[in-house]
Amino acid sequence: METDRRVRLRIDRLTLNFGGVRALSDVSLEIRDHEILAIIGPNGAGKTALLNCINGFYKPQRGEIYFDGRKITRLRPDRLAKLGIARTFQNIALYAGLSTQNNLMAARHMLMRQNLLTSALFFGWARAEEIEHRQTVEEIIDFLEIAPVRKKIVGVLPYGLRKRVELGRALALEPKVLLLDEPMAGMNLEEKEDIARFILDIFEGQGATYPDTPVLRDGVRSIVLVEHDMGVVMDLADRIVVLDFGQKIAEGTPAEIKTNPQVIRAYLGKEN
Amino acid sequence: MTLRLAHNLKSAYALDMAFIRTRQQWGWLLGLLVVLVVLPLFASDQILTVLTIIGIAIISVHGLNILTGYCGQISIGHVGFMAVGGYTSAILTAKLGWSFWAALPVAALAAGVAGLIFGLPSLKIKGFYLIMATIAAHFIIIWLVLQFRTITGGPDGMPVPKPAIGSFVFKTKASYFYLVMAITLLATFFATNIVRTRAGRAFVAIRDNDLAAEVMGIRLWSYKLQAFFVGCVYAGVAGALVVHYFAFASVDQFPFMDSVWYLGMLIVGGMGSTVGAIFGAVSLKLLDEAVTIVGPILSAAVAPQAAAALALFMRGLVIAVFLIFEPRGLAHGWELIKAYFRLWPFSFEDAD
Repeated sequence: METDRRVRLRIDRLTLNFGGVRALSDVSLEIRDHEILAIIGPNGAGKTALLNCINGFYKPQRGEIYFDGRKITRLRPDRLAKLGIARTFQNIALYAGLSTQNNLMAARHMLMRQNLLTSALFFGWARAEEIEHRQTVEEIIDFLEIAPVRKKIVGVLPYGLRKRVELGRALALEPKVLLLDEPMAGMNLEEKEDIARFILDIFEGQGATYPDTPVLRDGVRSIVLVEHDMGVVMDLADRIVVLDFGQKIAEGTPAEIKTNPQVIRAYLGKEN
Repeated sequence: MTLRLAHNLKSAYALDMAFIRTRQQWGWLLGLLVVLVVLPLFASDQILTVLTIIGIAIISVHGLNILTGYCGQISIGHVGFMAVGGYTSAILTAKLGWSFWAALPVAALAAGVAGLIFGLPSLKIKGFYLIMATIAAHFIIIWLVLQFRTITGGPDGMPVPKPAIGSFVFKTKASYFYLVMAITLLATFFATNIVRTRAGRAFVAIRDNDLAAEVMGIRLWSYKLQAFFVGCVYAGVAGALVVHYFAFASVDQFPFMDSVWYLGMLIVGGMGSTVGAIFGAVSLKLLDEAVTIVGPILSAAVAPQAAAALALFMRGLVIAVFLIFEPRGLAHGWELIKAYFRLWPFSFEDAD
């Protein structure tokens, strides 16, 4: 329906094998500007494998991925981060030994220009740069309401907060596309509502509330959401892609997906 | 105390980053400097020797701390890289007539480059296998030193001149103490800054979660090699200071077991903490001194052969005790003490 929106990320007939196991076969999809795309499917459908292909963990055997028209299929993860693809992980992958604030600062890495020499001298250039990036990080901390744990080592934080810190770390990269791998897994209802609100706020942008932080002011306009909670997915997503056994079995608006017989069969088993 | 009080609130990010925030902290730093300056006027040569050796150990452990404590690349070849620095400086000063001041940075760089080369396996392997590779690095380096006997003196070693500025030669214990302490302070300053800025965070990111680090835009290969480079530059400086201190370079000054003890210092002091590196080096070296005092008494009382084994036994025991009871090392204890005084008398959790 909204095909006039610009395509950010195009995945073209992607096939990924692990030995004899086919994790993805001929999966094609598009992630456009101004949309939250949900990828759903039963366990083992290939949702996380697809994300891992997009950000360079897995090298697919066939097929291509294009980002803003540029082929990115076999680039290293750090190059993809630089292009503007950020993600969170299903199992939290924070730097457990760093504080919340330093986890976010670490994500500013590629936006910084210090080298070992200026870092070692600190005073002067490195200090000015640290302060500049610290301001952005503090805005993100403020936005995600994690200021009370700013200086806490993330390893000791409760699960829900760690998930939020991880979201903050992804935001600190100032991405163009944000991949969220089950951001609400293992959360209770209130926590899910919080995260859902944050995702929508990130998507819409905060405008004048954070005028100096582009990523919060303008928002991240392409979000890929892998999530199991159907209620969340139906409410948040503009479009939904359904995977099953590594194949795309359906694509459409939440209303279309809800009534799609193939989707119902994949989730509920065969109807007789 | 040197400590930041709970009510000492920051009003700018620069103040939050600063290590020395209060007047008392400046006072303590100044006090330390005064003690270091005045000490040689009173202390015996024996004490100065111990302190000089401790200073050199601190420099070396700072390097190992960046590489192993922060970046998580465990190296048991650290002394090998000290040997590279030591022999480079020895050859440049003794054979080519360079001044110590020119040879020291070159020795540091040479050790750093050696670190880059032997750090290459870290791009593919980690953990146990990397440990084996770094052990191999040590033995390859020592083997090379022994083979090139025309320039290194091989097993006989080689004499090395003492550092000098103009006609002033650092030949007394006191003068060399000043030299080592100045370099130790500089090394600590640089190490502190590296670990609290961009590179340091990248190192910890690689240690804690290398896959996530790469997704967050950190070039793994580059930063692993940078960690090896910096760590080995520190080792190179320490190695150069060792050979110039003894005015002699020999492979006996770089025994393999010292690499293990440096790692032990890191464990006792606290991995991934600059102050921990200092605590570890100081405490294990002081333990050695205590053993040399207690040893003869013990051997007379119990068994003559006990004294020789006592040093090894004590070091091993201390490291094992720390691994079991305080794996975060003395640095963690120091944090607890600071927190206690900061919060005293109301030990509530501060929101900061």
